Amino acid sequence: MALKMVKGSIDRMFDKNLQDLVRGIRNHKEDEAKYISQCIDEIKQELKQDNIAVKANAVCKLTYLQMLGYDISWAAFNIIEVMSASKFTFKRIGYLAASQCFHEGTDVIMLTTNQIRKDLSSPNQYDTGVALTGLSCFVTPDLARDLANDIMTLMSHTKPYIRKKAVLIMYKVFLKYPESLRPAFPRLKEKLEDPDPGVQSAAVNVICELARRNPKNYLSLAPLFFKLMTSSTNNWVLIKIIKLFGALTPLEPRLGKKLIEPLTNLIHSTSAMSLLYECVNTVIAVLISLSSGMPNHSASIQLCVQKLRILIEDSDQNLKYLGLLAMSKILKTHPKSVQSHKDLILQCLDDKDESIRLRALDLLYGMVSKKNLMEIVKKLMIHVDKAEGTTYRDELLTKIIDICSQSNYQYITNFEWYISILVELTRLEGTRHGHLIAAQMLDVAIRVKAIRKFAVSQMAMLLDNAHLIASNTQRNGICEVLYAAAWICGEFSEHLEEANQTLEAMLRPKVTTLPGHIQAVYVQNMVKLYASILQQKEQAGEKEAAQEITQLMIERLPQFVQSADLEVQERASCILQLIKYIQKLQVKEVPVAEEVIALFAGELNPVAPKAQKKVPVPEGLDLDAWINEPPSDSESEDEKPKTIFHEEEQRHSRHRQPEIDEEELARRREARKQEQANNPFYIKSSPSPQKRYQDTPGVEHIPVVQIDLSVPLKVPGMPMSDQYVKLEEERRHKQKLEKDKKKKKQKKEKRGKHHRHNSLHTESEEDIAPAHHVDIITEEMPENALPSDEDDKDPNDPYKALDIDLDKPLADSEKLPVQRHRNVETLKSPDSEAPLVEKKSKKPKKKEKKHKDKERDKGKKKEKEKKVVEEEEEEVKKGEDLDFWLSTAPPAAPTPQPQSEPGMGTAVVAESQVVKKEEREEQDEEEEDEGKKSSKHKKKKHKKEKEEKSKDKKKSKKKSHHSEEEPPESVQNGTLEDEPLPPMSSYRLLAENPYIKMTYDIQGNLQNDSQVTVSVIFENKSTSFLKSMELNVLDSLNTKMLRPEGSSVHDGIPVPFQLPPGISNEAQFVFTLQSIVMAQKLKGTLSFIVKNDEGSTHEKLDFKLHFSCASYLITTPCYSDAFAKLLESGDLHMSSIKVDGISISFQHLLAKICFHHHFSVVERVDSCASMYSRSIQGHHVCLLVKKGENSVSIDGKCNDSTLLSNLLDEMKETLSKC
Amino acid sequence: MINAILVFNNHGKPRLVRFYQHLAEEVQQQIIRDTFHLVLKRDDHICNFLECGSPQPCPCPHSLFGGSDYKLIYRHYATLYFVFCVDSSESELGILDLIQVFVETLDKCFENVCELDLIFHMDKVHHILQEMVIGGMVLETNMNEIVAQVEAQGKLEKAEGGLSAAPSRAVSAVKNINLPEIPRNINIGDINIKVPNLSQFM
Repeated sequence: MALKMVKGSIDRMFDKNLQDLVRGIRNHKEDEAKYISQCIDEIKQELKQDNIAVKANAVCKLTYLQMLGYDISWAAFNIIEVMSASKFTFKRIGYLAASQCFHEGTDVIMLTTNQIRKDLSSPNQYDTGVALTGLSCFVTPDLARDLANDIMTLMSHTKPYIRKKAVLIMYKVFLKYPESLRPAFPRLKEKLEDPDPGVQSAAVNVICELARRNPKNYLSLAPLFFKLMTSSTNNWVLIKIIKLFGALTPLEPRLGKKLIEPLTNLIHSTSAMSLLYECVNTVIAVLISLSSGMPNHSASIQLCVQKLRILIEDSDQNLKYLGLLAMSKILKTHPKSVQSHKDLILQCLDDKDESIRLRALDLLYGMVSKKNLMEIVKKLMIHVDKAEGTTYRDELLTKIIDICSQSNYQYITNFEWYISILVELTRLEGTRHGHLIAAQMLDVAIRVKAIRKFAVSQMAMLLDNAHLIASNTQRNGICEVLYAAAWICGEFSEHLEEANQTLEAMLRPKVTTLPGHIQAVYVQNMVKLYASILQQKEQAGEKEAAQEITQLMIERLPQFVQSADLEVQERASCILQLIKYIQKLQVKEVPVAEEVIALFAGELNPVAPKAQKKVPVPEGLDLDAWINEPPSDSESEDEKPKTIFHEEEQRHSRHRQPEIDEEELARRREARKQEQANNPFYIKSSPSPQKRYQDTPGVEHIPVVQIDLSVPLKVPGMPMSDQYVKLEEERRHKQKLEKDKKKKKQKKEKRGKHHRHNSLHTESEEDIAPAHHVDIITEEMPENALPSDEDDKDPNDPYKALDIDLDKPLADSEKLPVQRHRNVETLKSPDSEAPLVEKKSKKPKKKEKKHKDKERDKGKKKEKEKKVVEEEEEEVKKGEDLDFWLSTAPPAAPTPQPQSEPGMGTAVVAESQVVKKEEREEQDEEEEDEGKKSSKHKKKKHKKEKEEKSKDKKKSKKKSHHSEEEPPESVQNGTLEDEPLPPMSSYRLLAENPYIKMTYDIQGNLQNDSQVTVSVIFENKSTSFLKSMELNVLDSLNTKMLRPEGSSVHDGIPVPFQLPPGISNEAQFVFTLQSIVMAQKLKGTLSFIVKNDEGSTHEKLDFKLHFSCASYLITTPCYSDAFAKLLESGDLHMSSIKVDGISISFQHLLAKICFHHHFSVVERVDSCASMYSRSIQGHHVCLLVKKGENSVSIDGKCNDSTLLSNLLDEMKETLSKC
Repeated sequence: MINAILVFNNHGKPRLVRFYQHLAEEVQQQIIRDTFHLVLKRDDHICNFLECGSPQPCPCPHSLFGGSDYKLIYRHYATLYFVFCVDSSESELGILDLIQVFVETLDKCFENVCELDLIFHMDKVHHILQEMVIGGMVLETNMNEIVAQVEAQGKLEKAEGGLSAAPSRAVSAVKNINLPEIPRNINIGDINIKVPNLSQFM
């Protein structure tokens, strides 16, 4: 046996641990994958072993491999095994692995529910912590539902360490199980005022996350957050709150007004850049939400811009970046204040950091005006030339196009300039954005009629130089511009001066190397060109020239007919035949030009990209109705004639109905047509496929522009945008001079009247008239549709489910599912949930009334605001109101009301009166309780006020009300008093000799109604090495030690560790029991080998293991309602004891009972307390503890009288020791 | 919310991978690679933020992280990159400070942390991180508090005898003898790190 153990530990010695694995991987750089697969095989072997330490080690290694990208989901079950190990070390490894690889699809995850619940209620705070951390990563809807109540209980844990974790995890629970939000919210809100700053910060964190997604539901918390903002000194919390306010202000501009002052103060006072930055951001949000032009806020804008300028000028690139980011937000509403920093922004364009350059570009987008557009674009063009790397250059290109085309070309005064910019951009090598340039060219040429002539000339030039574009950038998108060029030249061929030349350019053999879709456009548009040349020549009577051009087409077109591209081939062969036919006619001297040109007559109108989607369904059209009734399957062929007949009948009858109001329909149709005819944006259904001529109503509304050309349209050679800049400047100068003259005249005429133009030298936007009147045709849209109409939001938004009204009082049904006691025998014990519901059903009625009042109040709110508030009571009510808070003038004095809704707090506090035992950590908790008390006093006060208001208070409710007033923490094991508790340990001495000391503790097993776990701490007191420890007990009929399968009842269980001198370690042994009503004693022996320099000796130590009745009890929280119901049920036996000579305080007394006898306090009033516990076999044990002068009396009730009397005896013993 | 925390070295080898939402291992590795290539291109003197919508291929495409408002915030210490992927609810400078706290905490827990510590004690690094961030939300920013909790748990582990009992520790000490000497040249503690206003912040 001893040999087996030694062998086991030798085996373990040669197991790889994590470090060995890492080292091995590093030493096998060449064949890493092979090595790792070897390791995985080893791990699989290790996982098959029974030893939990070996398993844990294996799982730890797996976690490392997961990081390297190996799937470890196959080991999910083993991970759960390690998670359920009793040792913290292993547990932590298990939970870490689970958090890395578990997810909703992991099927074994459902096995973890009980384990996690057990860990959550573990007396060791780190077990709980580890479970919470793990849960945060892999919580599923099922887990969330099953554990929500447990986690909510932990939010009131005595340890802030657990509280803050529990609070954070609630967010994950909300996401997975939205129903839990409303029941848990009051407590979450409570945590905003937790004495521990960490818990407070966690609560702020969670509420901010929630509010960010659905801000409107959290507006009522604004006063509370405002108070936190003005009182907190934790920058993390401040940042979160300030960010939250940024999300709330758009919903409530009055909130913004209130915020400005404290935020401004913070901006002035804080030295933390992060906080300063967030303050500035929120001030900006506030300013955006307020109607612009409020004079007193210009100071705030100035302050923000100033601070941002400091950030941007900072040498720290991060601050510079963020400064620019925030600046762009101001820009949207207050462009003027940003524009004055144009120098700074342009400077940033030269920054070596690309991210900063891009931010600066974004800013430029908003900074352009009619006045400075050309200048800015010129600067950008220089950057385009300088730019290294295509990505940044492409970004510049798109930005230039964005800047110029923004808001319908609003800032472009000279389109010739813009076209030449576009043409210049085509010279960029290797850009991906050819299609963008092409789209712009098309858009401008189509929508700005005045520019067509110029555009056509430029495009012709592009076509002529196509070899430059197409040759060296074959693969790049720039040849896309040829697409636009060909189309523009074809469509607007009437403006072309040397059409022949362009046509020839388009017929060059090189064209066939272009992408198919471009060739297709070429083919189509060369016909348009051809048609217009033909007409020209025919009109001029140059028949030969006309035939020549036809001949040219016939000669060159075949190269397209041979194209591999279907589209090109089809068009080309079709057109070739057409032209051959034309040639025939030409030979016969028939004039054909008119007919050919008619092929392309009419104008294409621009249509908005979203137009198709927005076409409304015409009145009376049901898209879901069958056009033809679907044949029904069940009918056999024989019956067919009948059905037809039947159908006809139906059709007939259906037909008749419209006939009745045929007139009405006709009238409507007429009206609609009329309406459509008057609506220029409606896409008409044209009766003939032929396109309309210009005089049709579709384009009639577009005024044909008369241009007074002050700029020569044709610029020789390749265009240079700079020329236009110069021309434009000259023009503007001239204009200005003229205006000045006029103004002077005006001034003489109307003196004193004019106050618009204070300074003559700053041109305002309006002063710059465009070079010529440009008519920008709006894109067509169906009636009633706006291009800006927002498309439907994503319906799969996970946060949508959390859009829950939190101000409504809780309904009966809204409760977190509470774990049901599975082992409870229905006969003996009442269901703990039934009384809860019953009792509660009375309460909400009252609440509902309150709520109704409240709603009425809300309805009246607006009126009330206008009225002078007369009644004092009214005022108190309104004090809870957000509106009231917002309308109060001094922002520094927010109402100290922690709960804005009186109805809701009460319900949940009472419901969740869950008390947890946490004795070992009690001392830490003392300080917090002091803090809590003060805040509680406040709460109590408010509640009293409220209660006075509710006149229909019933006596019978007194008890539950009482418990409501006393929040759960106050009764937590009676630690309300200030005096510290003496340290307590539940570990009792088992046996001791000079070598070793054993102490033990027995705990019930939640999962199994007939098992208890005995934890034994072995402490090596000697200077020798203790090993091969083996523990054995003599089983009784009732109580047996759980031994590994296959071993005999006389075998001992090896202790899974060895003890070096002075070291102690804990091992756990499981015992099975049948009856638990009596205490038990088991004799046992520990055998071990003492090894020192002199050699080893075999030693033994006998002990008696005492299973007290208390060790069968499990600390179980109980609600006061359920407790009351339980007592009333009458199923319980009663017994009582009295102990005299008690000198310790009541608090200590309760603590002792809680600790040593595994009870929890249900309620405590003065020197009287009710307590509850449950045995592993489901017995309910209720106690009423009363303290007299020097005595304590305990009345107990329990399902089993023997158990009760034994328990009370044990208690007596404990208490008499005091 | 923090969506992911990645630590990798100058060669892109992952040292700590923590995603706060489930992604398949291949996707995780792809993200690590993409992120690495993104930050590698940036020299140390440019800003520490990378936003989606920049011209580079976005490391956190919408399909992966379900939103467009994610950004990468990173710091480069000696041989290691610490990258946090966060959404717009986090303060950029706050996260930078958080990274700093993380590294300082590592430094304290490992006593002059170097890359090797992270390599060989990935589990411990995870445990430290778990005291700072859970489920993508910041739990604690106070270094002393974090260190105290980590140490308390360390003690607990020691009391339990650790993962491997004493003898196998001895064996691994023996194994260590054969290890080729790896220079501990990645001292983070010695490198002067510029943090904006750390002292005021925390």
